[in-house]
Amino acid sequence: MPVTLKFRNGTLTAFIKGDIDHHTVPEIREMIDDCFVSTENAQTLVLDFSDVTFMDSSGVGLVMGRYRLASGKGKKLRVDNLSRRDYMIMKMSGIEKLAEINQRKEAVK
Amino acid sequence: MKKINELKMVFDSRSVNESFSRVAVSAFSSQLDMTVEELGDIKTVVSEAVTNCIVHAYKNTIGKIYITCSVFEEGIVRITVRDRGCGIEDVEKAREPLYTSVGGDRSGLGFSVMESFSDKLRVRSKVGVGTTVTIEKRICGKTK
Repeated sequence: MPVTLKFRNGTLTAFIKGDIDHHTVPEIREMIDDCFVSTENAQTLVLDFSDVTFMDSSGVGLVMGRYRLASGKGKKLRVDNLSRRDYMIMKMSGIEKLAEINQRKEAVK
Repeated sequence: MKKINELKMVFDSRSVNESFSRVAVSAFSSQLDMTVEELGDIKTVVSEAVTNCIVHAYKNTIGKIYITCSVFEEGIVRITVRDRGCGIEDVEKAREPLYTSVGGDRSGLGFSVMESFSDKLRVRSKVGVGTTVTIEKRICGKTK
């Protein structure tokens, strides 16, 4: 399963796993949206990118779409643990002006 | 520039081939001494170019996508992604950041991402004939 969802203290967190591209986005989107829409107590939707292995601009579309869904319901969206590259791609869209996005703390080797 | 190796491949414009194509091209290019970052750059640009063929050029039909990847002695990788799809009416406009002709959850960043992760990007397109995207990237490698 590409997404694991956890609800706690008003926050629904979607842990996304694997590659995010045009091929994988529909399943990821459906899993997140189904759960978010049915979890009415969730005030914040968090997309956690810790286990994302690759992302192209399809990932930006996924985040912007979830932002529209959340803000339409008066709720917040946050994106956590983006890799350096994915953070850079995300910022090209200007999404950081609308939602909080956070970079991953890279392991020091 | 002196070409030292070349890969040619043809595959169906099925979205399942997006991951195959970016992995294949990055694996072939990796004969140049490359950093993980540079490998990632190649994966990203190929993924964007191939997705454009699937989403835009062939829309809801299945056509062939042609990729040539050439490696040059000077440490340059040249990737050509070609389709025989619908073509782009206004290339300038298509290259504008955040412009998308299809809407929905497409970000309109495909060409911008390709530009920022490569050194040269050329787009040739003819309506009804197809599109060719050529990307060049200079590889600095692990030993700078």
